[in-house]
Formats: sequence, C-alpha cells, structure tokens
Amino acid sequence: MNVNQHTPMASPYGQPQPGYGQPGYAPLDGGYPAPYAPYNGPSSAYQPGAPPQGPARGPPTSGAPPISAPQPYNQYSQGDMQNGPPPMTQAPPRPAASQLYNQGAVNLSGPQPSYPQNYGPQPSMQQVTSQMTGMQITSGAPTPTGPGYAPPRSSQHPASTAYSAAPPPSYTQAPPPASSAPTQPPPPSGPAASQQYYGGPPPPSQQPFNSSLPPTSQRQFPSPGLPPSSSQQTFPPSSYSGPPPFSSAPPPPPPSQPHPYQSGPPPIRTQMPPTSMAQSNHLPPGPQGPQCPPGPMQQPPSQPGMQGGYPPQQNGAFGQGRGPQPGYAGPYPGQPNYGAPAPAPAPGPPAQKRLDPDAIPSPIQVIEDDRAKCTEPFNTGVRGQVPPLVTTNFQAKDQGNASPRFVRCTAYNVPCTADMAKQSQVPLAAVIKPLATLPPDETPPYLVDHGEAGPVRCNRCKAYMCPYMQFIEGGRRFQCGFCSCVTEVPPHYFQHLDHTGKRVDCYDRPELSLGSYEFVATVDYCKNNKIPQPPAFIFLIDVSYNAVKSGMVNIVCQELKTLLDYLPRENPEMDSVVRVGFVTYNKVLHFYNVKASLAQPQMLVVSDVSDMFVPLLDGFLVNVNESRLVIESLLDQIPEMFADTRETETVFGPVIQAGLEALKAADCSGKLFVFHTSLPIAEAPGKLKNREDKKLVGTDKEKSLFQPQVGFYNTLAKECVAQGCCVDLFLFPNQYVDVATLGVVPVSTGGSIYKYTYFQAQSDTERFLNDLRRDIQKLVGFDAVMRVRTSTGIRATDFFGSFFMSNTTDVELAGLDCDKAITVEFKHDDKLSEETGALMQCAVLYTSCSGQRRLRVHNMAVNCCSQLADLYRNCETDTIINFFSKYAFRGLLNNPTKAVRDTLINQCAQILACYRKNCASPSSAGQLILPECMKLLPVYLNCVLKSDVLMPGADVSLDDRAYLRQLISGMDVTESHIFFYPRLLPLTKLESGSLPMAVRDSEERLSKGGVYLLETGLHLFLWVGASVQQELLLNIFGTQSFSQIDPSLTSLPVLDNPFSQRLRDIIESFRAQRSRYMKLMVVKQEDKAELIFRHFLVEDKSVSGGASYVDFLCHMHKEIRQLLS
Amino acid sequence: MATYQEFIQQNEDRDGVRFSWNLWPSSRLEATRLVVPVSCLFTPLKERPDLPPVQYEPVLCSRANCKAVLNPLCQVDFRAKIWACNFCFQRNPFPPSYAGISEVNQPAELMPQFSTIEYIVQRGPTPPLIFLYVVDTCLEEEDLQALKESLQMSLSLLPPNALVGLITFGRMVQVHELSCEGIAKSYVFRGTKDLSSKQIQEMLGLTKAAASGQQGVFVFITRFLQPVHRVDMNLTDLLGELQRDPWPVPQGKRPLRSTGVALSVAVGLLEGTFPNTGARVMLFIGGPPTQGPGMVVGDELKTPIRSWHDIQKDNARHLKKATKYYEAMANRSAVNGHCIDIYACALDQTGLLEMKCLSNLTGGHIVMGDSFNTSLFKQTFQRVFSKDYNGDFRMAFGGVLEVKTSREVKVCGTIGPLSFTGIHHNAQWKVCGINPSTTLALYFEVVNQHNAPVPQGGRGVIQFVTQYQHSNTQRRIRVTTIARNWADAQSQIQHIESSFDQEASAVLMARLGVFRAESEEGPDVLRWLDRQLIRLCQKFGQFNKDDPTSFKLSESLSLYPQFMFHLRRSPFLQVFNNSPDESSYYRHHFVRQDLTQSLIMIQPILYSYSFHGPPEPVLLDSSSILPDRILLMDTFFQLVIYHGETIAQWRKAGYQEMAEYENFKQLLLAPLDDAQEILQTRFPMPRYIDTEHGGSQARFLLSKVNPSQTHNNLYAWGQVLRGAPILTDDVSLQVFMDHLKKLAVSSSA
Repeated sequence: MNVNQHTPMASPYGQPQPGYGQPGYAPLDGGYPAPYAPYNGPSSAYQPGAPPQGPARGPPTSGAPPISAPQPYNQYSQGDMQNGPPPMTQAPPRPAASQLYNQGAVNLSGPQPSYPQNYGPQPSMQQVTSQMTGMQITSGAPTPTGPGYAPPRSSQHPASTAYSAAPPPSYTQAPPPASSAPTQPPPPSGPAASQQYYGGPPPPSQQPFNSSLPPTSQRQFPSPGLPPSSSQQTFPPSSYSGPPPFSSAPPPPPPSQPHPYQSGPPPIRTQMPPTSMAQSNHLPPGPQGPQCPPGPMQQPPSQPGMQGGYPPQQNGAFGQGRGPQPGYAGPYPGQPNYGAPAPAPAPGPPAQKRLDPDAIPSPIQVIEDDRAKCTEPFNTGVRGQVPPLVTTNFQAKDQGNASPRFVRCTAYNVPCTADMAKQSQVPLAAVIKPLATLPPDETPPYLVDHGEAGPVRCNRCKAYMCPYMQFIEGGRRFQCGFCSCVTEVPPHYFQHLDHTGKRVDCYDRPELSLGSYEFVATVDYCKNNKIPQPPAFIFLIDVSYNAVKSGMVNIVCQELKTLLDYLPRENPEMDSVVRVGFVTYNKVLHFYNVKASLAQPQMLVVSDVSDMFVPLLDGFLVNVNESRLVIESLLDQIPEMFADTRETETVFGPVIQAGLEALKAADCSGKLFVFHTSLPIAEAPGKLKNREDKKLVGTDKEKSLFQPQVGFYNTLAKECVAQGCCVDLFLFPNQYVDVATLGVVPVSTGGSIYKYTYFQAQSDTERFLNDLRRDIQKLVGFDAVMRVRTSTGIRATDFFGSFFMSNTTDVELAGLDCDKAITVEFKHDDKLSEETGALMQCAVLYTSCSGQRRLRVHNMAVNCCSQLADLYRNCETDTIINFFSKYAFRGLLNNPTKAVRDTLINQCAQILACYRKNCASPSSAGQLILPECMKLLPVYLNCVLKSDVLMPGADVSLDDRAYLRQLISGMDVTESHIFFYPRLLPLTKLESGSLPMAVRDSEERLSKGGVYLLETGLHLFLWVGASVQQELLLNIFGTQSFSQIDPSLTSLPVLDNPFSQRLRDIIESFRAQRSRYMKLMVVKQEDKAELIFRHFLVEDKSVSGGASYVDFLCHMHKEIRQLLS
Repeated sequence: MATYQEFIQQNEDRDGVRFSWNLWPSSRLEATRLVVPVSCLFTPLKERPDLPPVQYEPVLCSRANCKAVLNPLCQVDFRAKIWACNFCFQRNPFPPSYAGISEVNQPAELMPQFSTIEYIVQRGPTPPLIFLYVVDTCLEEEDLQALKESLQMSLSLLPPNALVGLITFGRMVQVHELSCEGIAKSYVFRGTKDLSSKQIQEMLGLTKAAASGQQGVFVFITRFLQPVHRVDMNLTDLLGELQRDPWPVPQGKRPLRSTGVALSVAVGLLEGTFPNTGARVMLFIGGPPTQGPGMVVGDELKTPIRSWHDIQKDNARHLKKATKYYEAMANRSAVNGHCIDIYACALDQTGLLEMKCLSNLTGGHIVMGDSFNTSLFKQTFQRVFSKDYNGDFRMAFGGVLEVKTSREVKVCGTIGPLSFTGIHHNAQWKVCGINPSTTLALYFEVVNQHNAPVPQGGRGVIQFVTQYQHSNTQRRIRVTTIARNWADAQSQIQHIESSFDQEASAVLMARLGVFRAESEEGPDVLRWLDRQLIRLCQKFGQFNKDDPTSFKLSESLSLYPQFMFHLRRSPFLQVFNNSPDESSYYRHHFVRQDLTQSLIMIQPILYSYSFHGPPEPVLLDSSSILPDRILLMDTFFQLVIYHGETIAQWRKAGYQEMAEYENFKQLLLAPLDDAQEILQTRFPMPRYIDTEHGGSQARFLLSKVNPSQTHNNLYAWGQVLRGAPILTDDVSLQVFMDHLKKLAVSSSA
C-alpha cells in the first residue's frame, strides 16, 4: 500500500476530487448533497487511497476546491500532483468527437453501449450504481475520487461522483470562468451530438452496450428526464432522479450558462457535458467544474443546467463524452443510490458526481515524477530494484545485472509460489532487447574470449559463466546459480578466491562482474561446425508498373548508390565485409551479375517462378568497393530499363525464395530487403487472392484475416530461419496487399515490415529513405539463437516477438537487429526462495555483421517475495502493457477480437482486485484503489483496447491492423509506450535544453490558441489551434494567418528564429529516438485531417467506439468491484 | 550397249541413285531368293552443276492420293494436251500455262535427260535461315576460348540475314537476349527441370511473338533470334565475355551439365517462334550431361560413364531414360523441320550414344573430337559453312522426301538421317538437314505374288520428290524419276546376276547390318550377315556340291565377300575397343554418306608410295606393309601415313634434308599432298595420323589390314617374310573365304 498509495493512485483521485469537487461541486453539494451523499460514502473509499496521501487529499478537499479553480487547471493543480495537470480544458473542442466516443465507449452502459456490457452483466443498475456510488462517495466526504468513480459516467461521471464531493466547490468557482467560454464552443457542435446522445443517441450507440443496461438507465433517466433537453433528460433523469435537487442546484451555479446545460445540454452538448451533466450529476461535477469548467464551457453551463450539483458533473462530462456519462449514469443507476448515500457525502461531492479527468491518475504526472526522481545513474547491482521509466533519461551502470535497456521485467519482485502468482494475475515477463544500442555514455558489452574450449558453462543446465556462479572449494569448482549443479573449473580458468569467497579476478572479468557481456563463440557454436561466411544483403526490388510509376524504383536505386557505403560494420575504420546482391522482379525475377571484372552488369531472367533457383553464383554477391562501377551502372540502368514496363502482376514467394537460395548457394546468412508494391497474384507459389472483407470484422471469423491465407509462407519462413536469412519488407501498396500473409516471413525471421500506403515520391520519400537508411545501417546479428535460462522454480514458457521457434526453448532469429525486442513470459514450476531470488540468463548466439560468431549474455536477477504487496510495489506498468499488448495481439490469431479484449480487461481487473483485496488498507468497497506502480494500468490498458488492432475504426484497413499487429510484436517497452500513449507537447514556449512538459492525450488539453506536437512513434503531428497566436504562426510557418498554413507540409520551413530552430531540433531529436522515421503532418484545427489526429488523443473516446479514460476507469472499477463482491 | 558398269555410273551421276539390282525380279518370292533386297542408295541433293532449277512449279497428277509429278516416263498426248500418270494411270490435262506444248516444244520435265529436275517454288514466305548455338560452358578455359573464337568466326560465315541465337548452359541454362543494349540480358532455366514447350515459351515471353508470327508476316524476329548483321558486334562481345560455368565443382565430381534442358529450351524456343522453318541447332558439348532430364552419368567421378560392357550387362542406369528423352526431343524437332548438330569435344565420352538420335533423326551433324582447341574441330566446324559452286551453303533444311512407286513395288523402309512422318498415300520422310552428300538407303518390296508375277517387258517406276528449303531460303522441289525392267528370275537369272551392283549392295546390306546392330547383340548381327552372304553365294556361285575348291563367283559378285569380310571387322559392327560413343559416331556417319565414302568406311583404301613407281592402291593386307614403302590409309575417319621401317630410318637420318636425296624428299611429300587433298574435302575432318614402323599409332593401320600374316601362321606358311605380321587372333580374309566356300558348297547348309 504504502508504495502504491503513495499518492499516486489513490491520492490522485482523492485529491483531484477534492479539487474538483470543491470547486464545482461545492455549490452543488449544497443542493445535491443528499443525492450524492451515497456517493460520498463510496468516495470516501477512494479517499482511503488518497488519504494516506495526506497531502494530496488535504489539498484537494479544502484547498483544491477553491482552487485553482482559478483556472480549470488550478483545480487540477491540486490534482496535479496526482493526476497530472491536464491543463487543457480544451475539452470543448472535442465535443463532437468526444461525444461520439462517449457514446460508443463509455456511455453505453447506462446509456452507453460500451460499458453496458459490463454493466449489463452487472446486476441491477442499482447495484452498480450503488457500487459506484459507494466508491465515489466513499471518498468521504468529499473526496472527489469517490464520486468520481462512482459516477460511472463514461469518463468523468465516475470520477465526478467521487469528486463530486469535493468538486462542488471548485465547480462553482471554476465553472463560471471557463465554462462560459468553453461551453460556447461546444454548443455548436455539441448540441446536436449531445442531444443525440442523450436523447436518441444513447439508445443507438449505447444500445449495443446498453443492451441490458441502457434500458434501465434510460428508463431511469426518462423518468427523471424531466430535465432539460432530451439528452440531458435521459441522463438527468437517472441521475437526477435523485438529483432533482441538482437541478435546483444548477441554478445556483447559475452562471448563465447553466441554463444552457440544463436545457441546454444541447449547448454543451458539444462536449457531452450536457449529457454527462445530466448524468454527470453523478460525477462530473468534480472534474468539470473545476478544471474544465473553465474552459470549459461546460462547466458553466453545466452548472446552470446541472445547477449546482450537476454542472460540475457535467464538467466532468465535458471532457469526456457525454455519451459515456449517460452510460455510466445508467450503470450508476447508482445515482439513485447515490442519492441515498449522497446525503452523507452530500457535502461537497454529492453534487459533483463526475470524475474529473484531472483527478484520475495522469500518465504525464507519473512520467514527470519519475523524471524528477531520477537524478542519479541507475545501478543494476541491487536486486529487485525497479528501474526508471522508459520515458526518463537516465544512465545505467551495469553492476551485475543487465541494464534496463536490455532487459525490463514486469515485476522485480516475483512471487515465491505459483499460487501467489496466480492469485495476483500479474504477468511475469521480461522484455529483452538483446542487441539494444546503448547511449554513448554507457559501455557496450565487453567481449570475452575463453579460448579454444569455448565459454565456461554449467555442466548440467549449460548456463554460461556469470556473476551468479558461486565458486567453492577454493575456486576449483563453481556452483551454478540456476540449477545448483557443481562444475569443475577448467584449469585455464582457475583463480583463487579471496576471503569473501570471491574470485580474485572477479572485477577483471566481465563475466564475473557484469550483467551483460559477450563471449567469442568457438567453432562448436557454428552451423555445421564451420566458421560462418560474412553475411550478405540482397536487395529485391519490385519493378512492376505500380512500383515504377510511384517513383519507388527510382528512389531506391538512387539511394542505394550512396547507401551501400554505409553497410553495417563493427569497426568504423574498416570497410564492411557485408556483400551485396541485386534482384528486380515483377512476374519474373531478374538477377544481376555485377562482378567487378565486367564492363556492364548482366541481367539474368528467371521466369520459372514455380521452382525458384539462383541462376548465378559468382558475381551475384559482391563486395561493394570492388564492384562499385558495375553496381552504379546497374542502379542507373534499372529505372531506365523498366521505365516503360506494362507488367502489373507481381510474385512474392519466389522473391524470397530467390534471396534464400542465393544465401544458401553462398553458404552465408544475410538479410533480404524486399521492396514490394502489390498483392502477388501472378501464378507462382505463394500466390494470394484478395480476401479483404470488411464484413468479417467483428465476427468470429475476423481472426482468420490475421492468419496467413496460405501455408506456403510458413514453410518458407522455416527454411529462411534455417539458413539465417532475415527478410525486411518495404511495402508500397495502393490497395490491399494482405500484410498478414506477406508479413509471415519477415516476422518469423526477425525482420521488419515498413508500409507506405499510397506512396508518393514527393511526400513520402523522406520517410522511406530515412527508414531505409536506418534499416540498412543498423547493427544486426544473423542466424541467432536465443535461449533463456532461469533459476529452478521458474521457467520461460512463452515468447513473443519476431522470430521462429522449432522447439519450446530456443528462439531462432534469422536476423536480430538493435531495435528488436523479445518478450518472454515466465511461469512457476516450483517454489522460489526469497534468499536466492529468481535468476534469469538470456544467451543469444549470433553471427555479427563482421561474420564473427558471438554469444551475448544478459543476466538478470530479481527478488522473490512472499507478500503480494511486494509484488505490487515493484512492478513496471509499461512492461506489463508491452506484454499484454503482445499477448493480446497474438491472441487475435485464434480468438475473436471481442474475446481478446474481454480477456485483457478481465485480467487487469483481477490484478487490481487482488491488490485491493490483499494489499490495500481496508476501505469502502466502492473505492477504487490502485497500486502505485500500476495506477496507469487502466489508462494504458484502455489504449491497448482502443488500438486499431483491437478496435478498428471504419477507415482502418485490414492491412493496417495486420501491420500494426506485427509491428508491435517486436517492440520494446519504450516504443510500445509511446505507441499506446503518444506524447503531446504544447509548443507555446520553447526553451532550449528542456522540453515543454507534455500534456495528456485529450482534446480537453488542447487550446485553440496553441500549437501542439504529438508523437506516436510512427507519426508526428503538429496541431495548430484555430485561433493560434499570430506570433507562433510567424515563428513556425513564417505565415501570417491560420488559413495560409499548407496542410500538406511534411517538414517545417527553415526560419531564422530561435523558436523555429528549436522546434525543428525537437522534431529531429524525436525522430532520432525512434527506430522508424516519423513523417510530420500538420493538422489544422477543424480541418479534415484532424480526425486522424484525434485518433491519437487516447484519453478521449474514439470514433471507433473506444472508451474515454474516465469511462474506462469507471468500468474497470465496476469490474473490480464485481470481482471483490 | 553399255555395260552395267557404265549404266550404273551414269545413273549415279544423273540421278544420284544406285540400286542393288538393276533388273527387278518379277515376284516377291523371287526377290526374297535374291538375298540382297531390291533397294537403292539415293542422294537427294546430289550436286548437279549442270542442272539449273526451273523457275516454275511441278505439274502434279490430279488424283488426290497420287500427286505424282509429270516426268519423262509419262505418256503424253500432245494433241489432247493430256498426260497419263505412270503411277496411277490417271489421265491429266495439262495446266493452262502448258497450252503451247507440242512434240517439239516440250517442257524440261518431259525430256529424258531431266529424269532429275529441280523446281523453285515461288509461293509463300521465304524465312531466313536460323542458327541457334547451344554452348556448354563447363569447359576447360583453353577449350572454351577456342570454342568462343570458332563461334565468333562463324558469325562472319553466316549469311547476313540469317537469324542467330545463343543459349549457354552449365549448371543452369541461359538464353541470351540479343537485342538489348546496355545490360546484357539472359533468361535462366534450372538445369534439372524438364519443362514443356509451352512453359518454356511462356517463360521466355514468346506467347505474343508466336501469335504475331502466325499472321504470316515476318514478325519472326524475336529478342532471342536476331539477324546476324544486326547483332554481329553485340554477339561477338557476348561470346567474348562468356565465362566458364561459375559453379564450383567439388573434387571428385563432374561439372553439372544441363545438356538435356538446354536442348529442350532450344527446341522449345524454335518450336514457338519458327515452326516449319529451316533451322539448325548447333550443340557444343565438352562432356556428358550430368543432371536433369537426359542425364547420362551422375556427377560422381567415381562412377564412370557407361561402357559397352555395362550396357551388355544392363548396367547403364541412365541409358534408357536419357535415350527416350532425346528421342522425344528429336522427334519434336523433326516435326518442326529443325535439325540438331552435335559437336562433342572431350577426351572421355559425352553421351553421344544417348544423343545420337538428335542428329540421326533430324539430319544434323555429329562431330567428335578430343578438344575444341584442335584443328580437327576448327576446320570441321568451318566446313559446315562451306559453299558450293554457286556460292550457296551446302546445306538445306526442312526436307520432305516422298517416294512414289508404280503399283508393282512398294517402299518397305529406309535407313538414313531422317525421320518417318507416316504414309499418306506414299511414303514420306522428313530430312530436316540435308547436304549434297546425304544419302539414304531405301528398301523396296515387290508386291506381286509368285503366282502373279509382273508381266515381262514392263518397267517398274519410282519417283523421288524432295521438297526442301534451299540455303538461299528458296523453297525447292527436286524430282527424280527412275525405271527398271522386270525380269523373270527363273529364266533370266543370268541377266539379273549381271545387273547386280555389288558396291551398292555391300553398302545397303551394311546399312541393314548397322541398323540391326543398333538393337541386336553384335554376334547375332554377324551371324545374320554371314548367313546372307552364304545364301547369296549359294544362289549365284558356281560350284560342285561339297567341293569348296570348285567354288567360283562371277565378276559382278567377286568383290562382295571381301566387303563383307571387312564389314565384319569394321567399327560399325565391332564394338570391341570402341566406346559406345565412338560406335554411335561411326554408325551415324556410315548411314548418311554416299556410296564411295561408305565403301571407304567398310574397306579402307590403302595407297603405297615407293621409289618403284607412282603411287598405287594396294591390298588392305598385312603383306602390303613393307619397309621401303610409305603407306597412306584412308578409313574415312582417319588418315594414316605409315612410313615403312627403312623409310622411317632414312627420315630419321635426315636424308630428305640433303639436296642429293631430293627424290626422297619428294617421296615423303607425296602422301602428304594426297592426304591434304582428302582433308580438304572430307566432312567431318578425318583424324590425321603420321606414324611409322613401330610407332604407337601404327596400330590404326595394323588393326585394319587383313591379318594374312600373324604370329600364328608366320612360319607355318613357310614363305619368305614379306610384310608385317599382325599380332591378332582375328581370322584373315583367306581363312574367311575358305570357310565361306566350304559352307556355300555344303549340301547340308
């Protein structure tokens, strides 16, 4: 608990609530109190968590309220600490969108669909509500949190309720200010939407979810419905039912706006708030009122509408989809309950039922806190220590365990027994990036040579010499740390021990003192017991009509001329030993003889694609320097030769076979770079047909779309792996190409897929070339085998990533580059002991790019614990999410998407429920208590669930999904983190040396007057607010007005001002951090492209039906409560 | 009246025809009793400088199943402008263009001296000649270099408008595209995979070309076959850059050579682009096919290539399969009128046994040598492109031979470089590659039964119609019509005997023997030959029963037994000391050469040079080997100059260098000059051997001469030592004759 609670989770909520509650709710409270009261009760529960945090809470309630309110943020400010400042209240803008989302996502339940499901199940609404309420309210009085959760509203609701307690106050204050402004905006768009949601919408969207619930909720609402607009009505009703008071309350808040809300939910609608408001009553208040309000128009409005109590809620709602709220509302039914409870809590919270987004755990806050905490290098020597987050810049010092850059674990305290592990449901996994590139200030692994006999190993389990080996008998033997077997020390390796039992030479030998190092492998470790040949790169270029027309062929050929000088090498002084070969193809394959002695390259056409072979040996794979002239001549001529081609059909299977055969013939390992454009429909092995069928999406057959359509590629992949032939695939499709099938070989061979849909030379060249350059230049190992050995009692049971396995223990990678990570799951097969901890040794045998056979060894030791609390205290959420996403994405192959999502939700709920049950200090059942280390689990999990792969929007193609699915399978924690929770930077002020503090991925946080940079790991967006300051425009674009910004820009103009300079530097530095080049897109507010951008505002509802953060949190809470009860 | 000798000679000169019998027995039974069948050697394109082709088309009999050509033997009613077909007796009106015909104004084909006449067909396209080089690159560097040079040289010999193509092979098969500039482009096929013609054409992207080709126009020019004048430089460079097959050959292995697939691709390519057009596939190989369809031997060196011994023991694993494969290929090629040459140069066998049908069925050449870097190959190859007195290549393509016979006889078979394409109404064969010396053996059967013999006084008529594509691309038709009298074997046996052409008969019987040897065991063939000879001697010999000494043969048969004796010893029937490839090679040439050459092959010619007089032909007998003689032996395949013991000593002593022994020098030079003359004209170039008494190469001579003196009888005969004893157990001619006589006169036989 301590840990957990630290503040984070609990506190956040608690705090926020306070804050929120206070503001908005405060007022409301008055009126609402009663209704909310019930909630309060619950809320208190939350507080519990919070409470500990004394500080947080403190602030919240009292301080908060008033707060900051000032600006919406302020309120948050309080929360900040915990939540993280969600500054932007921008919520408004979203309205429309958000609403949508809400519905889909959250609402449902009550009203809204998404949750509905959850809800549905739930017993009666009331129950739910009660729970919720309980939670919310618990917060005790006040604590907003309580309410927040309770409120179920989709997003805020829950929170709000919780908050409600506190919020109230804030609302009042805040709301007014912000609200007015914000509201307005929302109204426009919102109205319609919101209304719909509430009124009509709910049913529809929600229906799905609602199925069961909706009705209820709706009903409820209806009755109450009285209130305002349809939308509101619906919600209101439910919430109101009890609330009526609210209604009254609303008035108070009166801000003129209120009205709008009330009736107006419409106005507000934009933001959902309205709806939410209605529902909100439950929670919103907190949130909205306080912060958002601000801007948030909603608040204001809400206030009115909501009248005291509601408004706030609404606020909360705002941000999030109103939809949700409704939904929650339903769920919440609790409201009614609340009503009951309310009384108690009544105080502050009641009124504000909504969850304040700022009151819930904020990823930004967590990231910032970790950064602040990390001032010293991270020493790996202490067992069981959680390393800094991936978002933190830190220096790692290898003191016997592998650096987190190589290995990250989900848990650094592993349960001693399988029972414990099962009880907690926390996955035990490690994400290993064996060849990770280290920053310049960290030493790369030392190379150790144990001589002709090869590395010293344990006799029984074959573990390699490492710091965990215990030398005994004066150094003549050593005991294996993994299997406890005692092995003789070979004479040449003997060394005396000092008085502590350590070898005297301990610190002279990397393998005795470090976590990561490399051995020189002897010939025994080589394929066929032959020293490997230097590897080769083969470029296979599609020269069909589409490829030529898009300019791809020309670009590739031009670029290769220079790029070939940058083939990977270990010693920068030396020429690379990597040989190269070239093939072009359409329906047939063209090999090229580029032997140095030739005056002109020779083309060898192989049309027998049904039985591929390599037509030449000598002259195909050549040394770049020797054959430079011939190669250049070839690369000059290829575009010319095919300039007039009319061939549109392509083959694919034979292309890889060709590369494979070439490597086989040369008896070496290597990498194929395939540049491909279209579905291979030409008659040949591996021929595919177009099977894209959107109708299958969402059905049980959907999984088949992720499976390869023919078995050919699986077999081929196996052969490739056997030869050490890694395939990197660059796709330039204009239509469906069946990535799921084409990707089989790259994914199984440790290769990468790059996809440039609708490739256009003009706008995509830069991205493509940068990817290509990086891909070619990066350090890579070939023909690798990875083996993970562990202490007795635990076992590596499952592996995720781009590789192939022919048995259950050896991960075979035809190619392994510095960006690839492998996730390994461990399971108990016996007990572990707390003294020895759990040891893990990952050994990767590979051929370096200079052709040397090496063994890279990473050792990792973690603690073992017999207390669950220790486990929960030493977890890493980012890694857990990495594991979950890979696990889920693989599950897609065999299970319906929905089942996969449910499984994920369920497991997370169990994790959190287990914590709640076993670790949290006793508190009301309605309180949501999250372990400190996992407080971001819900938000991140929601991001996973909302990802295109698991919840595709209408415009997401199957190829995109398959592509992302495969992409993520090889991601390390850093990349998966940014992928699921993109980085959003406000660019209003840029200081050199430090980045502006990121804001949360929610529309609310965007200010119309600002410019934001969003980084997803794959894309970069520069979002420009509609009323952006002219100075910014001038600095960034050199233009005067918003309308003059060219949305097709892919790079920023080079302007001679510090701001521009700095911004471009930032963009460059971001790009440098990622393994793939991120194309910059300029998104103007309210422009069409904004839809794409919004998709990455992951805390909001998504168009495709993904829940907003708040809504999801509520949902999780409900799930947890269900588990607990 | 001219002697038969003269008649025969005249017939040969005018019509290129030599019959075994120049009087034909009047019934089948009688014909059978003659032992040697009624048959002929026919040289379709015999060079006739005195025969200018006529510029119009032949007049055909209008009967649909006859279509015989108007000839001097037809009865013509000049008044009615009607002619009667002498095969079917159909009466045909002359075409309108013959309106002016009369007894004094006869068209050439009616004049007796034009029993052989050549027409030029003006219709239809005249496609260019096509030469497709299929080159093995698994050669030693030196060999490859020599081959490349030969090929480059050959480009200058080709007519400028001829189309050339290049396919190279080793482990893979590469079809070179000749039209492209910049990057040299080639299509590659796996050497182990048998592809159908359609697949090959698809893979070469020829489907369109073929389609447009059918439209009749000359869209024939594809990327792979280009006019010489256009790609001359390009191809010369390409050949110059040819590398040895780059695939490593591990120790103890043969290089992987995909001859089968390379041929299949070549045949498929031509099939798709130029069906029914004269084309020559020239295959150059330096070793046996070692992989894929048509492989003759595995790549393990420890497994030697099949020998006669293996074949007899049924131990040749790949033989049947490979033979079948190449036969199928040959037939496909023949159907399309394409001929295939094989130029095999290697010290070991190259699989000619399996591949021989490629040339045998399509009329292609087979040339066998030790290395491409020898003058034997270089000059032979050059001679392929030799020209006649008109400056035209001595080669013709796509020949179709039709043999029409009067109703009393019918064709029952032919032996030669052709393939049978079926009998429509008359026998018809395809001879895809013909040259002026190509000679076919045709065997006839008398239809009439014994009880209904052909009436006396009539004549049997045979017409040979040969359509072909001349090397100047014209389509031509050569028509030869001959007639022979019928004779009653009972009453006119003397006449029949004197009409016997023993040279032609020897060759015709030899061809039968060789033909049988292809499919039967050697001893069986010899036994059959012996029996035939004995029967012939019994039939025509004069003798008293059981008295060998009384046996006599008339002049017209006197040489025949001797030919048979040498034939029995020849490499065409004896495989001992010959590899299967060599046997195939010898037989290949034997069944296509004209009579003179064939006789040389059966019984080599031996000339003797001495101070005693001008060079003289001497007996092919060990007694001819004398110390003071220089011998020149021509076996067709070899030219051996043998210096007698004394001559050799003189030569060693260097007398020829001394002015006073100029005559000795002249003597030494004489056989050289004569040999040179033979070398100039012979195709393929014979192996030239200069040896002397006791020299290792003297074995070539010793193995041919009649071993009249051997270590067995040397002293027994008690004669003065003359000539050189041969260390052999073979029977000598004398022994052979003694036995023959004994058996011929034996009443029990």
